[in-house]
Amino acid sequence: MAKKSDKKITFKKEKEMPPYAISFYSMEFNKTVSWRNFRPIIDYDKCTSCMICWKYCPEAAIDLKKKKAKGKEKLTPVINYEYCKGCGICWEECPVDAIDIEEEAG
Amino acid sequence: MKQVLMGNHALSYGAKVSRAQVISAYPITPQTEVVELLSKMCASGELKAKFIKVESEHSAMAALIGASATGVRTFTATSSQGLAHMHEMLHWAAGARTPIVMGNVNRAFAPPWSVWTEQNDSLSQRDTGWMQLYAQNNQEVLDSVIQAYKVAETFDLPAMVILAAFVLSHTSETVEIPKQEKVDEFLPPYEREYKLDTDQPHAFGGLADPDNYFELRYKIQKAMEKAAVKWEEVGEEFEEIFGRKYGLVETYKVSDAKNLIVSSATIASTARNAVDALRSKGIKVGLLRIRVFRPFPAKQIRAILNSVDKAIVIDRNIGFGASGIFYQEVKAAMYNEKNTPPIFGVVTGLGGRDVSSKDIIEIYQSVIREEEPKSDIIWKGLKE
Repeated sequence: MAKKSDKKITFKKEKEMPPYAISFYSMEFNKTVSWRNFRPIIDYDKCTSCMICWKYCPEAAIDLKKKKAKGKEKLTPVINYEYCKGCGICWEECPVDAIDIEEEAG
Repeated sequence: MKQVLMGNHALSYGAKVSRAQVISAYPITPQTEVVELLSKMCASGELKAKFIKVESEHSAMAALIGASATGVRTFTATSSQGLAHMHEMLHWAAGARTPIVMGNVNRAFAPPWSVWTEQNDSLSQRDTGWMQLYAQNNQEVLDSVIQAYKVAETFDLPAMVILAAFVLSHTSETVEIPKQEKVDEFLPPYEREYKLDTDQPHAFGGLADPDNYFELRYKIQKAMEKAAVKWEEVGEEFEEIFGRKYGLVETYKVSDAKNLIVSSATIASTARNAVDALRSKGIKVGLLRIRVFRPFPAKQIRAILNSVDKAIVIDRNIGFGASGIFYQEVKAAMYNEKNTPPIFGVVTGLGGRDVSSKDIIEIYQSVIREEEPKSDIIWKGLKE
């Protein structure tokens, strides 16, 4: 199936609908950003790249990216805000309190 | 090839000749032999299927829903408490339109513990969206598994093949195991439109808002209605290849019958002897066996009940606070008919109490004297 950007699909007729509930596009196009009420923010000055937040994230919304920190390039957790639902698990689990959480505006 | 098989093994062979590809089950008396034999077949390579051992019936059904969504043929079997434990997943299987075929051995619910036959376990799953078929002998058990796949996979609806605990499950009968090439001719591999497939990722069973949900339920009902026609077609096609005819209902000596006995499963097969005995005394009685309960064969039932004077529905189940469940359904199907006869509802044989041919003759003779039913339940075989 062709990958198109996700938009709300409205069926006018029952016959147009598939027999069971499926998404037509992969999660690549099904952003869950609107679900979030709280935004976790990583303080990279405190982050030790232990990757505990990455392991605990139930939505796999934390990616590991190569980043330069203190002159050295290393794998660093980066929150993907297009998918993060703001559950706060990373904020709870971070062993060095490098993750803060803020209420989303609006 | 003819073999002497218990009903449980008839289920196993049904799954084998249907080439089930994934089997997941949890053992429970009186179903255990079904999966015991299938796991042996999988271990020896006699059946090329993946056998998934699980910690509960809920997990067994969940495993099969996932497997079926990838487009493979799946099988499981359970009974009573196990079926009840699956309940949530039964709704899921129907909603996800996964054509799983399951054997269920009718066994009474606890407490008090019982391992004997009664239909309340499967009838409690009436509105889950599963097709239900009540078999009367071990040959029908095996044949029905093959037919169930054909109907189930045509409409992506799951199906339950149901047999009575011990009366069939542990009773050995001569059963013809159809030749593999003939089953292959009858039953092509399962094709699924939208599959769980990493190359074409979709999320399945996600959220459907009020704008979409309603139509998906309408589709299940429409599929059920079409399946009612398909069961009859599949029964005829089966006869052409295998020589044994099946339909939604089975009738016995109804063409000139004044009165009718209506029942299901093994009580119905025993009732055939009762009909013969009554006819030998000149009594014009016929038998209607409801084989497929979901989709409900209202059309076939109306065609027969419209032309009799009285009908007696014999139930080995009870809808507490109401009456026998087949009785409720038959009455509902007849309510708007012009020639609806008085319909009597007998509840008997709960918890596996034996219902013999002699008992059915006694039920018929005592009930048929009444002009019309005085209550929704006529209790028979009860220590009053």
